[in-house]
Amino acid sequence: MEDEYPVLLDTFVLDSEERLLVLRKAEQAGDAQNLRLAAHSFKGSCSNMGALLLSGLCKQLEEAGRREQLELAPDLLEQIEREFAIVRILLKSERQRYRR
Amino acid sequence: MPERLSILIAEDSAADRMLLSTIVSRQGHRVLTASNGLEALALFEQERPQLVLMDALMPVMDGFEAARRIKQLAGEALVPIIFLTSLSEGEALVRCLEAGGDDFLAKPYNRIILEAKIKAMDRLRRLQDTVLQQRDLIAKHNEHLLNEQRVAKAVFDKVAHSGCLNAPNIRYLQSPYAVFNGDLLLAAYKPSGGMHVLLGDFTGHGLPAAIGAMPLAEVFYGMTAKGYGLTDILRELNAKLRHILPRGVFCCAALLNVSFQRQEVEVWNGGLPDGYLLRRDGPRTALVSRHLPLGVLEPAAFNDSCEVYPLALGDRIFLLSDGVLEACNAQQELFGEARLLQVLDANPAAAQLLYQIQQALHDFSGQQQDDVSLVEVSLVEERQLNRPPLAFADSGQSHLLDWSASFEFRGETLRHFNPLPFLLQLLLEVQGLRPQGGALYTVLAELYSNALEHGVLGLDSQLKQDAEGFAEYYRQRSARLLQLREGYVRFHLQLLPEGGGGRLVITVEDSGKGFDAQALILREMRLDGLSGRGLALIRQLSERCRGSADGQGISVEFSWSPDA
Repeated sequence: MEDEYPVLLDTFVLDSEERLLVLRKAEQAGDAQNLRLAAHSFKGSCSNMGALLLSGLCKQLEEAGRREQLELAPDLLEQIEREFAIVRILLKSERQRYRR
Repeated sequence: MPERLSILIAEDSAADRMLLSTIVSRQGHRVLTASNGLEALALFEQERPQLVLMDALMPVMDGFEAARRIKQLAGEALVPIIFLTSLSEGEALVRCLEAGGDDFLAKPYNRIILEAKIKAMDRLRRLQDTVLQQRDLIAKHNEHLLNEQRVAKAVFDKVAHSGCLNAPNIRYLQSPYAVFNGDLLLAAYKPSGGMHVLLGDFTGHGLPAAIGAMPLAEVFYGMTAKGYGLTDILRELNAKLRHILPRGVFCCAALLNVSFQRQEVEVWNGGLPDGYLLRRDGPRTALVSRHLPLGVLEPAAFNDSCEVYPLALGDRIFLLSDGVLEACNAQQELFGEARLLQVLDANPAAAQLLYQIQQALHDFSGQQQDDVSLVEVSLVEERQLNRPPLAFADSGQSHLLDWSASFEFRGETLRHFNPLPFLLQLLLEVQGLRPQGGALYTVLAELYSNALEHGVLGLDSQLKQDAEGFAEYYRQRSARLLQLREGYVRFHLQLLPEGGGGRLVITVEDSGKGFDAQALILREMRLDGLSGRGLALIRQLSERCRGSADGQGISVEFSWSPDA
């Protein structure tokens, strides 16, 4: 996917930032249902991009949402944000290789 | 190489959507994308894609609901829906299937598995397409066939029901599409009074079984209307069917010639189950098949000999097709003759007989029988029949008056040939005689049989006093006819114009010993047995009737006025 690849990377980063916002809102509102759904979607995207550690964290957050264990959410969310920061740096440098 | 499909991708995550649409379009398909269920639905309606990749969890309208609606819109066509999901709980997967999903694709996507699944779903989709096409084709063929049967039946009904099945002395029971079971029931008034009845059962089913019914009905009606007797009709039917039907197709049939005036029935049964003569009082007589079916034998080998039975008012003749005896129950037992005879033993009244047999069949087999034909013909007073006037096919414009003709039919001819239809056709060319056609037929038939049986063959009508003598009479008749070498019957026909109308004088002479016809007429009128009806009838139907001068014959006259 030569031409589309950099666009895909950009899309994923933007999409993920939005999803993180949704996750953070749900956690603050104590909305376990939305937390679960958002974590589920994010998990799928991450797995497709090969961000397996991030995908695994999302899965734990989805589980917590499903079991309504909201007390686990702040810690997991923090780990997710940290991991995403790393993924974003990696993707940005990957992106550099395609800049003309 | 699978064809290029149009594939709808519904996925809310932009990155996933992009990833998937890139993979799918690289596999050569046309891609449509939607980011939620509602968009997917709108796109589906607009573009009618052939396959859908559907994320389960989406905002606005989720994949489950979208899948349900898409399946509804797709109707009978199969639009496979593959759910895109990282759902792992069994319950969620079940929901996908219940909403109409056909398969799953788990995240992260695998290009090779996706391609294989699209191919598999495409195969399924084409299979369904083929099935639908074939179903429609079969439905179309079936509709076509039914339509052909309707048309064939309409034409057939026109031909077959031109007769007198609706006469008050006939009761019958037959499925409306019986002709496609090969069953055929015909009845026609003879021009000389009386009626012919035919129950036939062609081998086979469907159109091949029905095809012989048309010529059979045509011959039966055509020849009956022209005054031919049962034996002539039988010979013609056999020869015609033998000529036109393929080997192995033939027609089991029973024919009746019911004479109300003479109170007799002539029976020929070739291959049908026993019919029955049900007497009002007295034992029932089985009308046994003594011949091969119509259409089997070469004309030269065909046997047209009939049995003749005397009838009394209220006597009934009952015929049936073998569908009655061969009706099966759930244990594959046949209804059989014994069960039929049980019904007959109870001796149900005329109006009840067919109904009770039908009821017994239904009780036995537990279902409606559609290849059963039953007919019951009763002997009634002829005037009860309300028979319609004779119909003529020509324009009625020709005028034949003022001529005379004489015919002499001798030994060899008398054995094989019935001259009546020939003479009657000739006489009915005379317009003025047509209204009296029935009486003319009857009188000629009586004169001829009197001349042949009593004159030429020297039979004694006194024999016919009782049923035994009756059988003996007909036995002697065929024996003597077979040995006939000499003798003659002469017809002298004279047509004279008279006061704008006309007059017909018929004189019949025979080679018999001679008799005082005048005295015979008087004597016969007084006889009340089975024998004397003939001449009494002649007197009653013709205008004038007397013995000819030399005592060798009888002369009758018919006249008509110009407005007749």
